[in-house]
Amino acid sequence: MNPSCRFVILNKFDKIIVRNLTKVAPKKSKWQSVVGLEVHAQISTNSKLFSGSGCAFGSPLNSSVSLFDAAIPGTLPVLNKHCVELAVKTALALNCEINPVSMFDRKHYFYADLPAGYQITQQRAPLARKGQITYPVFTPGVTKKPYYKTVRLHQLQLEQDSGKSLHDDLAGRSLVDLNRAGVPLMELVFEPDIEDAEEAASLVKELALILKSLECCSCKMEEGALRVDANVSLHKPGTPLGTRTEIKNIGSIRNVAQAVNYEIERQRVLLDAGEEIQNETRSWDAASKRTVAMRDKEVQQDYRFMPEPNLPPLHLAMDTASASNEELVNVQAIVHAMPMLPEDKRKRLAEMYNLPQETLIILVNEEVLLDYFTQIMDSKLEVPPKTVANFLINDLLTFCNRENISVNECKISSNQFIDLFKLMQAQTINLHYARLLLNEMHSHPDKVPAQITKEKNWEQINDPEKIEELCRECVKNNPKVVEQFKKGKEKLLYALVGDVAKKTDQRANMAMVVEKLQQMLKS
Amino acid sequence: MNRTFSGGIRQLGASFASGAASPTQITEHALQAAKVASHLNAFIRLTPEVALSSSNESSFRYQRRGQRSPLEGVPIAVKDNYCTKDIPTTCASKMLEKFVPTYNATVVDRLIHAGAVLLGKTNMDEFSMGSGSVESFFGPVKNVWSKDFENDNWRITGGSSGGSAVAVASGICFAAIGSDTGGSVRIPASYCGVVGLKPTYGLISRHGLIPLANSMDCPGVLANNVDDCVSVLNAISGPDDCDSTTIKEPYPKVELPFLDQINVEGIRVGIPEQCSCEGLMPEVRDTWVKIADILEDNGAQVRRVSMPNILNSIYVYSVLNQCEVASNMARYDGVEYGHRASTAASTEELYAKSRSEGFNIVVKTRILAGNYFLLKRNYDNYYIRAMKVRRMIFNDFKQVFEKDGIDVLLTPTTLTDAPLYREFVTKSNRDQCALNDLFTTPANLAGIPAVSIPIRLSSNCLPISLQLMGNTLQENLLLRVAKWIESRVDFQGVAPPEDLRRMMEIMISAAEKKTS
Repeated sequence: MNPSCRFVILNKFDKIIVRNLTKVAPKKSKWQSVVGLEVHAQISTNSKLFSGSGCAFGSPLNSSVSLFDAAIPGTLPVLNKHCVELAVKTALALNCEINPVSMFDRKHYFYADLPAGYQITQQRAPLARKGQITYPVFTPGVTKKPYYKTVRLHQLQLEQDSGKSLHDDLAGRSLVDLNRAGVPLMELVFEPDIEDAEEAASLVKELALILKSLECCSCKMEEGALRVDANVSLHKPGTPLGTRTEIKNIGSIRNVAQAVNYEIERQRVLLDAGEEIQNETRSWDAASKRTVAMRDKEVQQDYRFMPEPNLPPLHLAMDTASASNEELVNVQAIVHAMPMLPEDKRKRLAEMYNLPQETLIILVNEEVLLDYFTQIMDSKLEVPPKTVANFLINDLLTFCNRENISVNECKISSNQFIDLFKLMQAQTINLHYARLLLNEMHSHPDKVPAQITKEKNWEQINDPEKIEELCRECVKNNPKVVEQFKKGKEKLLYALVGDVAKKTDQRANMAMVVEKLQQMLKS
Repeated sequence: MNRTFSGGIRQLGASFASGAASPTQITEHALQAAKVASHLNAFIRLTPEVALSSSNESSFRYQRRGQRSPLEGVPIAVKDNYCTKDIPTTCASKMLEKFVPTYNATVVDRLIHAGAVLLGKTNMDEFSMGSGSVESFFGPVKNVWSKDFENDNWRITGGSSGGSAVAVASGICFAAIGSDTGGSVRIPASYCGVVGLKPTYGLISRHGLIPLANSMDCPGVLANNVDDCVSVLNAISGPDDCDSTTIKEPYPKVELPFLDQINVEGIRVGIPEQCSCEGLMPEVRDTWVKIADILEDNGAQVRRVSMPNILNSIYVYSVLNQCEVASNMARYDGVEYGHRASTAASTEELYAKSRSEGFNIVVKTRILAGNYFLLKRNYDNYYIRAMKVRRMIFNDFKQVFEKDGIDVLLTPTTLTDAPLYREFVTKSNRDQCALNDLFTTPANLAGIPAVSIPIRLSSNCLPISLQLMGNTLQENLLLRVAKWIESRVDFQGVAPPEDLRRMMEIMISAAEKKTS
């Protein structure tokens, strides 16, 4: 089939794919989807994997390039020990078998942003193998109940990044920026144990949480610090795996889910129509929300792997006996210094506060929320943990969404939150004003909530006499409603309550109002 | 029979120190001599400005008794595959014709630090791919021992460090740096009648040495005698943070006793029977036997040993070398540096054209072969099998050095004396290398030290040399035996008819007379 012909068919099926994707519940299919992820994580170090140049993101073009990075003849790689330590840390967190001796290989291909004509990677003997990750699959609004999934990690290897090519189509030229050339990466190859898009996205989410708690990777997908490629294939249960496609250029965790979903549906439609899946590399186009075939990746490359002769085998000190050699990275020392991982945090939260699983997952997913939560709880307030968690998850996140900011950009301090809960606890404000306070606290991080409340006259009306007066007035003003209530339409009580609320700008203590009104109307 | 030469580095240093001669004088003489010998084509580039300014500094330091090392003020030539800051480094290739490194190779840095005077960059086979020094973009190097320099009737120098060998043999400089991947220091040393040392792999940093095959490349020294060789070795060896394959432990400097304190009594010398092979010139065989006899007569235990795999080195080498070449040469794409083709419609075409124009046929052939061996479907059958045989060769050495208790192995360096250019070029590069590299590649594959020392002249009036190989890091023992043999043989260290060395001697003695 020639490429243009394939394009026609794609267009033919395109509408069906999109239609199927927008259905709330896609119909049960005879095809089973299989997804495998390959993740490249940029290791958080000051200098490159094999040279002394810096790797800060956004440096001026070609300003962080050593002679080695530009593949100047005669230069040699010198391994950055810190990269090895961080990769070992990651391997331990992912329950890998760590190879006491690993090796480096050259992977050859010609590309303008690969100055040496090869990439140094670990193909034959990677740093670590046979890991696994168990993580919760839960996306509010998409998955119903959280469940745990285990995916095996095939291998974890160290490798160098390439530079960047910038194509100027108008001027008909390409420019090369070598700042990224030689930046340290960990490549994590997962087994195809994933069944659908949400499992894939949740895996990336959990991995990012782990890498961030280890301080091994910033996981900023928008900066390319975490890059995800997804292999997708479909087969009928009980038959061998189908032909797979590889999706590249996935720019965010939500895109992981969207791209995998799209690709599964695309393949399903093609297979249902009796078409064959091409083994190809496809690119995720976030704008059109489609995967498209990548033209320059169509030819199968033979990478002509060869051992890297300039780097001796990488030995690790696995036990205390070999740890005396200071040249080697000490694995036991890293084991002892492991921080808390996301799943540890969930377990600890569950034990301490007895929160529902959904809440635990969301809190741990958002580091800022978790920090707020623990600091509020540590202040020994008498507020139930669930109330605090729900306020953060529902109200704070809603506020951030409305303001179109990420929760990381929220300027509210923990102390402000603690004060806010104290005000709520003391009935000084109600939930309505607590929500409004979010905006004020965000705009004035230096102000104390009590002060804001006072200035804005947001304090709740708790005085029984005042409440009585309000209720009496309400009853007087709504004779018809009162009449109907007395005839048995008890639900109309809330119309009256609403009236009081409206009159007082929602400041009246609603519990007291309800109680008072009931008392008045039943007498 | 003692071979003494008044131009030895130690004596030179003494005359500098006494004021009998000055580094500036000697450097001027050397530059002059290089011009006189320009028909030999030993240098791709002389560096008179650098040489004169550093020799002036050396002269100044001698005046103030602040000389840095035995190499202070000694003119040394460096093969043109070592990066030299602000001095073009071409690898004798059009590809790097205009390449000017911004840094010094560690070897060059250490020479400068020791006070040596960089005289120039020597000619070689393109990217060191050859064993004749006939494959240079700047033309072939001619052996100073040739009777006739016309009509392709001259003798080749051997390669690939032929320029370095001739620079020393013709008396232009006192020592030169070469690089040895399969014999590239020892073969030209052998054909040109100088000492050529390839030390243990990892003893000298490769940082800044433009690679041929990284796992075998070894910086080496060419000098008039073993003592001079040691002086240079001591200045450049030792760990280097820039080369992860250097041996981490500091290596104690080689110190050879005075001749009267050296004897070979009890030294166990192995004679690999496999080296007595087809193609070995009778005169070379006789020389080999004679030296073995002299050693035995003086108390050495000379023993025949069997090393069944060493002659397979040539096959292993021809696979592994090609593979590493294919990989190392990938960087020459005309993008960052090096030759860039003028027209290019696409990036692929730019690569293809730049590489096609920039490399000679030998380089291209090796790149093609290497890439073929590395293809996924061929890798196991070629690369892996070659690595297995490499291990067997290594084990042969292990057997003789560790189990049989051999101290040094004695072999010819080359099958013959220096071939005639016109005969040599009738063979393919592959066959040329297979013949020339036969006895030298095993040491590269095993990473062990080896030295070639000139023994006598053949009936063609050309040098015949022998090779000594020792166990890893046994340079001291190896060079002690070499020095002993050197003192016992009747090698006239004079290359007729172009007696530049004599010219140098006359100049030095004239200088001595002038000052005294």
